[in-house]
Amino acid sequence: MNVLDTLKEKLGGSIKEIKVHNAKRIYITVDRADVKKCLKTIFRDLDARYIVASGVENFDSFEILYHFGFDVEGTVVSVRTCLDREKPEIESMTSIIPGISYIEREMKELLGIHFTGHPGLTHFLLRDDWEEGNYPLRKAENG
Amino acid sequence: MSLKIKALKKSLWVYHMSGGSCNNCDIEILACLDPRFDIERFGMTLVGSPRHADVLLCTGIINKKCVERVKEVYAQTAKPCVVVSIGACSCSGGIFRDGYQMGGPLDKLIPVDVYIPGCPPKPEAMIAGILKLLEKLK
Amino acid sequence: MAEEKKKKVIVPIGPYHPLLEEPEFFALYCDGEKVVDVDWQAGYNHRAIEKLSEGKHWDQVTFLVERICGICSTSHPFAYCNCVEDLLGTSVPERGRYIRCIVGELERIHSHLLWVGLAGHFLGYNTVFMWAWKYREPVLDMFEIITGNRNHYAMFKIGGVRRNIEEEDMPALRKVLKGLKAQLEMLTHAVLDDPVLGARLKGVGVLTKEHIKNFGAVGPVARASGIGGDIRKDDPYAAYPMLDFKVITADHGDVFDKAVVRLLEMFESIKMIEQSLDAIEGKGGDIQAEVREIPPGEGIGRHEAPRGECFHYVKSDGTNRPVRHKIRAPSYTNIPTFKASCIGQMIPDVAIILAGVDPCYCCTERVAVYDAGSRKKQMYDFNQLVKMSRQKTEKIRKEI
Repeated sequence: MNVLDTLKEKLGGSIKEIKVHNAKRIYITVDRADVKKCLKTIFRDLDARYIVASGVENFDSFEILYHFGFDVEGTVVSVRTCLDREKPEIESMTSIIPGISYIEREMKELLGIHFTGHPGLTHFLLRDDWEEGNYPLRKAENG
Repeated sequence: MSLKIKALKKSLWVYHMSGGSCNNCDIEILACLDPRFDIERFGMTLVGSPRHADVLLCTGIINKKCVERVKEVYAQTAKPCVVVSIGACSCSGGIFRDGYQMGGPLDKLIPVDVYIPGCPPKPEAMIAGILKLLEKLK
Repeated sequence: MAEEKKKKVIVPIGPYHPLLEEPEFFALYCDGEKVVDVDWQAGYNHRAIEKLSEGKHWDQVTFLVERICGICSTSHPFAYCNCVEDLLGTSVPERGRYIRCIVGELERIHSHLLWVGLAGHFLGYNTVFMWAWKYREPVLDMFEIITGNRNHYAMFKIGGVRRNIEEEDMPALRKVLKGLKAQLEMLTHAVLDDPVLGARLKGVGVLTKEHIKNFGAVGPVARASGIGGDIRKDDPYAAYPMLDFKVITADHGDVFDKAVVRLLEMFESIKMIEQSLDAIEGKGGDIQAEVREIPPGEGIGRHEAPRGECFHYVKSDGTNRPVRHKIRAPSYTNIPTFKASCIGQMIPDVAIILAGVDPCYCCTERVAVYDAGSRKKQMYDFNQLVKMSRQKTEKIRKEI
C-alpha cells in the first residue's frame, strides 16, 4: 500500500497540509474538529498501530501530534492539530483508542491541555496534591 | 555514624527500597546475590519488610511521589539501623538534580550513614562499601 | 467502578502508618480470589526527563536518556540518535552501524536473561534465577571490555558510536558467545520442558490480538500473541538490513508464549552479533559521521528494544537544545495491557502476569487489592504476591 496516496484518498478534504519529511515519515495537519474522524480512519479502517501522542507549547498555540505506525511499510504517520493558546482543549480519543487514555492524562497534567469526554483526567505521573496551574512542560512558567 | 550494631556476629538483614531510579543500581544490588558475587557468604540477605532490616539500601532520586514513603519506611525500620545511599542519584540527585520531580537527595530526608557513589556502582564497590562499614562498626 | 474509586479513602490494613493513605502503583479490584479490574498509577519513576532534555545540549541528551532505564540502557540512546539522524538525514558509517547492532543485541541478551531469572524467582525457581544471572555475567563482562562499563555504556553519539571495538577483543567476544549458546540451550530446555512451569504459565494472562491493538502493545508481548511487528525488519536501521535473522512469534498470547519468544530471540541475537563481527573483523572504517549543528525541523526515531519499540520524537528550532523531546518507552503501552490480561485471573497469578510484560521491576513494588464486594481494601506488597505465586507452583508440583 502506498501510505501517502491512501491517506490523501481516505482523508481527502480534512488534510490542511502534508509534510513528507522522507519516505517513511509523514506529517499531516488537520483541524481540531476533524481529528476524531481522521484517527478513526487511520486506526480502524487502515488498521495502523497506535504509538503515542505528544503535545508541545508553541509561541502562539498548543500542538498535539498523534503518531501511528504502518508496520508493513515501516512508515510513521503523525497527525498534527493546533489548539487555542489561551484555552487548549480537544475531544478525548479514548472511544477510538482505549490505550490513549494515559497519555491524555499526562498531557493534561504536564501541559494543561484539556480532553473533553475523557473517563477520568486525574493525575497520572504527578502527585495528587501537585499545585493547580503548575504545568511543568510549559515554557512560560519555567523560563 | 551515631549508632553501633551490637550483635555483629549475626547476619545482616538488608531491605532495599527505590525512590524513583532507572533500576540499574537495583539490578546491580540483585547481582550481588548471584553466584559470582554471592553476598550471602558474608551473611547478608535481603528481607521483604523494613521491620526486620538492619540495613536500608536506598536508590533513586527520591522523587516527589516517593518522599513520604521513604520517610515512613525509615520510621518503620527497627533501630539501630544503618542507611546506605547507593548510586549517584541517591547521593546527590545525579543527572536528574535540576528536574521538577526531585524530592531528594536522600540525606535531605533521612540520616544517611554510608554513601556509595557510581552510576551504577559496581557490585564490587557496593560490597567494599558494606565491608568498610562493618569494619567501622567494630 | 468510578464510585468505588471515589470511596477510596480507606484506612489501609497492613504494616504501614495508619494515618497515611498510601498511593499504590497498581490497584486490583477483586471478587474473592478473582481479579475484576486493574488500575495503574504511575509516577514513582517519573524523573522529569523530557523537561531536563530541553535544558541540555543535543549531545548531552544522549547521556540523559541512557538513564531512563538501566536494563535497556542502550535502547534509548539508540532511538534518540536514530531520531536526530532522521531530522538531519545523516547516515552513519558502516562500521558504526555494525557496532551499534552488536551493542544493541548484546543488550537484548542480557535483558532477556535478566527477565528469565526474575520470572524464575517469582515462580519459586531460584535455581533458574541463579543460572540465568550467572550466564548474564559474561555478557556484562563483554560490555565492560567494549565500552568500559557493565551498564550505561555511553556508546552512542549522534552520527555514530563513540568507541571502536578493538581487534584484540574480538576473540574473547566470540568465545563468550559460543559458551553462551550452549548455556542458553540448556536453560531454554529446562524452562520450556518443565511440566510444572507449563501448567503454571500456559493459558495464564492471555492477550488477544485485539487487546494488543487497543493498547498499542509492542515487542515480545505483541509477538507472543501472533503480531509479528519488529522495527528491525519493518523500518530497518543501523546494520539490520544487512543481517540475517528471524522474528520470533508465537500464537497463544499467554505468559508461556512470552517466555518462548524471549528465550528464542536470544539465539537470533547471538547469530546477529556473530554476523556483525564477521563483517567488521580485520577491516577498518569510520565509526562516526561529522555532525556540526542541528537545523530547525522534526525527527522521529525508533529502536526495537528488548521490551519492544522505543520511540523518540524531537523538535528543533536550530538552537543547540531540543525544543521538545517526546520519549515513549515500550513499557508505556505494554503495562496497561494488565487491564486485559489480569481480569478473570486469580490473585496468585498476578505476579507472573505482571512479570510477563517485563516492566521495570521496581515499578511493580506495590499493589493494592480491593475486594469489590465488601469494599474493603487490603494492601499486598509485591513480595506477598510473589509468595502466593510460589505457593501455587508448589501446589501444582505436588499434583503433577
